[in-house]
Amino acid sequence: MKKCWYHYLWIWSLLYFSLGFFNILFAWLGLISFALPLIMAIGFGNKLFCNRYCDRGQTLRALGQLGFSRRRDMPAWMKSQAFRYGFMVFFFVMFGNVLYSAWLVYSGAGSLQAVVTLLWTWQLPWQWTYSGMVNPWTAQFAFGLYSLMLTSEVIALLTMLVYRPRSWCVYCPMGTLTQIVCKAKATKK
Amino acid sequence: MEKKKRQAVVQTADCVACGTCVDVCPRGALTIYRGSFAQVDAVVCVGCGRCVRECPASVIRLEVQA
Repeated sequence: MKKCWYHYLWIWSLLYFSLGFFNILFAWLGLISFALPLIMAIGFGNKLFCNRYCDRGQTLRALGQLGFSRRRDMPAWMKSQAFRYGFMVFFFVMFGNVLYSAWLVYSGAGSLQAVVTLLWTWQLPWQWTYSGMVNPWTAQFAFGLYSLMLTSEVIALLTMLVYRPRSWCVYCPMGTLTQIVCKAKATKK
Repeated sequence: MEKKKRQAVVQTADCVACGTCVDVCPRGALTIYRGSFAQVDAVVCVGCGRCVRECPASVIRLEVQA
């Protein structure tokens, strides 16, 4: 395999999670990973983000090359369209929940929860990352997005260990969504 | 006797178009068609099987071509 610059994009993942450990507002940068694949799919009809520029994909590939994967077949249900679409809907509902929590804080109906929630269950204290310099809703959104990013990273690393390095790519909500967009564009022309 | 050639074949219906195969192919025989599925250039593929081992969705097989 010829080494290209984008093979080092795992550094972005490392940087993202590290920065969020010191200042939660950096979590907003996660929106890049939402916007870029959509821009490439809607604007150009390709999945180049998945194929090359996804920092998570590169992280999983790099760790897989280092041997952190059993390299077993994924179970059939996990590769099925029903699971892929179901997980995509679940993920975006959870993203909607993040937006809703930020809205509640913005409107004054809720107060800021300075915690990172792992796997939608465990609340980890994370209050040192917020100093109160900005409007609380921006921090609430950051805590929510960071939780979503960290949760999906943990799931991705687990399936990397158990199955193949880039197993996450099979059921990645952004990947599923952009493939739907690309397929729709490909059949239209 | 004519030599039989091994070749990667993609089950396109189940392909997630992640590009893992494109990345590992030493011959550049694989491309992602319009962000929809992977396709193999039959002329360039030498059937080394790296894509088969790496594909997370396990949708690539090696087939012997007559």
